[in-house]
Amino acid sequence: MPRHKVATGVVLALGSLAGAIALRRRSARRRDRVDVYFEDGSMVSLADGAPEASTVLPLARRILETTRA
Amino acid sequence: MDGAQALSDLTEISSQIRAAIVLDADGSTLASTLDDRPELAEAVQELLAAVKRAAGNEEGELAQAEIATGDGSVFLVRDEQRTIAATTGPEPTVGLVFYDLKSCLRAFAAKPKPRPRTRKPKSGNGSDAAA
Repeated sequence: MPRHKVATGVVLALGSLAGAIALRRRSARRRDRVDVYFEDGSMVSLADGAPEASTVLPLARRILETTRA
Repeated sequence: MDGAQALSDLTEISSQIRAAIVLDADGSTLASTLDDRPELAEAVQELLAAVKRAAGNEEGELAQAEIATGDGSVFLVRDEQRTIAATTGPEPTVGLVFYDLKSCLRAFAAKPKPRPRTRKPKSGNGSDAAA
């Protein structure tokens, strides 16, 4: 097989892998949120990056870590 | 129903739930799938307080919450006397998990309370002491 075709294949494969990892990280970050439902039917959704969520998300991660260990 | 049995049923019914803990209103642990992790109850109480503060609706009663992260989700469901917290993997079926947790809390609420003992009237001959 010609060398340039192998190089193109490797570059494409590495590019796809990098893209997949970047997409996965981005979508994982987008998933981080706090959804709170109240008795009166109201609901609040706090996205990652919101100051209110900044204390809640680390605690949830700690709990997930504790239950996984 | 026994508390441990209720949680056992929960994890059996819902394959998405990895671990769960039920706390009383005073924060004491009623049942847990991870009895060897006493720090979990404290962490759940901290989380509950943080969620209430973050939502900024401390006047309203918090009914349930989902804290979703890339590593998994933590669910909180409350009734008048208890709070159940559970962890799942990433992207769980939210409605189904809430339904299962509420069912589990109902099972706790249905737990029959021990009947208060009625004291027998003392007989004058001191037979109680002999028994």
